[in-house]
Amino acid sequence: MSNFSLKNMMTRQDVLGFFVLAVLLLVIMPLSMDIIRLTQFGKYLSFAFVAVGLVLCWGYGGILSLGQGVFYGLGGYALAMFLKLEASSPENTAIQSTPGIPDFMDWNRITELPWFWEPFNSFTFSLLAILIVPTIFAYFIGFAMFKRRVGGVYFAIITQAISSILTILIIGQQGYTGGVNGITDLRTLLGWNIRSDYASYVFYFIGVALLFVCLFVAQFITKSKLGRILVAMRGQEDRVRFSGYDVANFKIFVFCVGAAFAAVGGAMFTLQEKFMSPSFVGIVPSIEMVIFCAVGGRMSILGAVYGAILVNVAKTYFGESFPELWLFAMGLLFIGVVVAFPDGLAGVYQKYCAPTVDKFLDKAPLFKRYSGDSSYSGSSSSHEPVNAS
Amino acid sequence: MNAATATATNTDFVLAVEGLTVSFDGFKAVDDLSFYVDEKEIRVIIGPNGAGKTTVLDLICGRTKATSGSVKFRNKELTTLKEHEIVKAGVGRKFQNPSIYEDLTVFENLELCYPRGRNVFGALFFKRDAKVISKVREVAEMINLKDELESQADLLSHGQKQWLEIGMLLIQDPDLLMLDEPVAGMSVTERKQTAELLRRITNDRSVIVIEHDMQFVAEIADHVTVMHQGKILAEGSAEKVKQDPKVIEVYLGH
Ligand SMILES: Nc1ncnc2c1ncn2[C@@H]1O[C@H](COP(=O)(O)OP(=O)(O)O)[C@@H](O)[C@H]1O
Ligand SMILES: [Mg+2]
Repeated sequence: MSNFSLKNMMTRQDVLGFFVLAVLLLVIMPLSMDIIRLTQFGKYLSFAFVAVGLVLCWGYGGILSLGQGVFYGLGGYALAMFLKLEASSPENTAIQSTPGIPDFMDWNRITELPWFWEPFNSFTFSLLAILIVPTIFAYFIGFAMFKRRVGGVYFAIITQAISSILTILIIGQQGYTGGVNGITDLRTLLGWNIRSDYASYVFYFIGVALLFVCLFVAQFITKSKLGRILVAMRGQEDRVRFSGYDVANFKIFVFCVGAAFAAVGGAMFTLQEKFMSPSFVGIVPSIEMVIFCAVGGRMSILGAVYGAILVNVAKTYFGESFPELWLFAMGLLFIGVVVAFPDGLAGVYQKYCAPTVDKFLDKAPLFKRYSGDSSYSGSSSSHEPVNAS
Repeated sequence: MNAATATATNTDFVLAVEGLTVSFDGFKAVDDLSFYVDEKEIRVIIGPNGAGKTTVLDLICGRTKATSGSVKFRNKELTTLKEHEIVKAGVGRKFQNPSIYEDLTVFENLELCYPRGRNVFGALFFKRDAKVISKVREVAEMINLKDELESQADLLSHGQKQWLEIGMLLIQDPDLLMLDEPVAGMSVTERKQTAELLRRITNDRSVIVIEHDMQFVAEIADHVTVMHQGKILAEGSAEKVKQDPKVIEVYLGH
């Protein structure tokens, strides 16, 4: 297992990057914001999960998905369904014509809980469903597409179509899904009031912790041989087959990982915003997610987090004052980034800041013994056999 | 395709190609081709441009699906296998244009082709252990790239890229090695070094080489197959085919 030591997995720049992000998210943000703003910030972070997944799929694997909102939504809905059932206890819904079912069902003259809602009475099932339903869905999409060697633009269009179809389905079946309003009015989690400030703090920190889990998983993947296979595949898919790899399987895997990350993000959104709606499933939000990733830098998992934060901050301050202009601004931002900064924020950092930081690290006693370097492949010493002892 | 597959018989050859045909919209790029490659034989395929030489390699390694006919590698039918399964069976192929992983370093290019951890989880938990490292170093030494292990592959010269791709095949350790114009586009010194390299690596495996340089061909070939318009025009020793009037007319004459 020594091969998976910290040193092989992270350069010292990576260590620094993770450390700075941890300080920012765990200390600076909670201390400098009131709980309402912090929860809003937590919402931005829920999109960072998607962006990190897109770094793996798109940045590394070259798989552009314009349908990540599907997985974000599925994860969010899975949790929202559980919370909604809890909020719809017979006592809470005594005034309905059918007490004990969610209010929107009652409004749509549904008199019995639909079969697919039943399992969401179980908390364990719901937690598993958050991860498993989107991942299995991604597996089927990936299997159907990648085994047939559908890729590139065609794949992007198909994912877009899927997100569009799912949105239409959710909106159309409002008796079963809550329709365009989504699932709202969530109150308690296992009897615990989720609307208290205390709960909001807890959810924020859970969100940050889960984000770091995803970041470490992503870091592990990018530093493994699988990460290098993805990079190879992006440029020379055909050639990779002749190195003995079944390309489709690698694409399916990374697409599933991206979907799972997105789903966790969606569930964190539900927890913090106390609702889930189809407006996070469709084409526009899915494209926005790609923009978070592009702005952050599509080869940088940490960059993706900053990209998600930055674009969302801009959206909040600019988009809410000029909502009609926001879509255009997003479009321009995307084109601007792709043309001028193809490597996003991370690219800018690499070019202008990393050399200075490196010099500083050379002097820092803490990093002296940590002899990784900032280049992507690591120093030549990383090829030395690792002592198993 | 399956009818022909079923009738093909087992042989002692490493590679038995029988009745191989591929048609692109009615144009038969390879037309009812049969040939056999022996254990440790070096077979050179020559022929004018467009003769179908590259397409033959494409058919063997699964890049192009045959319209009919059979390709048997150690009596294992290849035409129904996927590319990576053919690689696993022991067939390695070098492409006409150097095709390497430009975003990776030389070390990583070679490591990626090391035959271990080829499924998803194998790759995820692949361990860069002493065995891998020494094998990569050994191959890098053979292909004159041991000082370039840390270089990004797209920074290599054209000749070095060709060598790297040969190295990527060597590390796969295939039983059948197929090389498509390995010295094309190389300088004279690079050619010499490559000829030297090929002589060393062709010792203990069967090899199919596509090449135009007749001097080079005469030096390395056990047998030469001359292709023209998807068919075999002549076959035999380099000496013999050089004297064949048909070959002189369509290929060597100009
Ligand atoms: N995928 C393909 N689709 C259509 N035509 C092809 C394809 N591959 C090869 N050809 C045609 O088959 C013929 C043989 O090509 P090729 O095998 O590359 O010749 P060589 O390697 O001997 O120069 C050429 O006329 C080429 O245009
Ligand atoms: Mg050719």
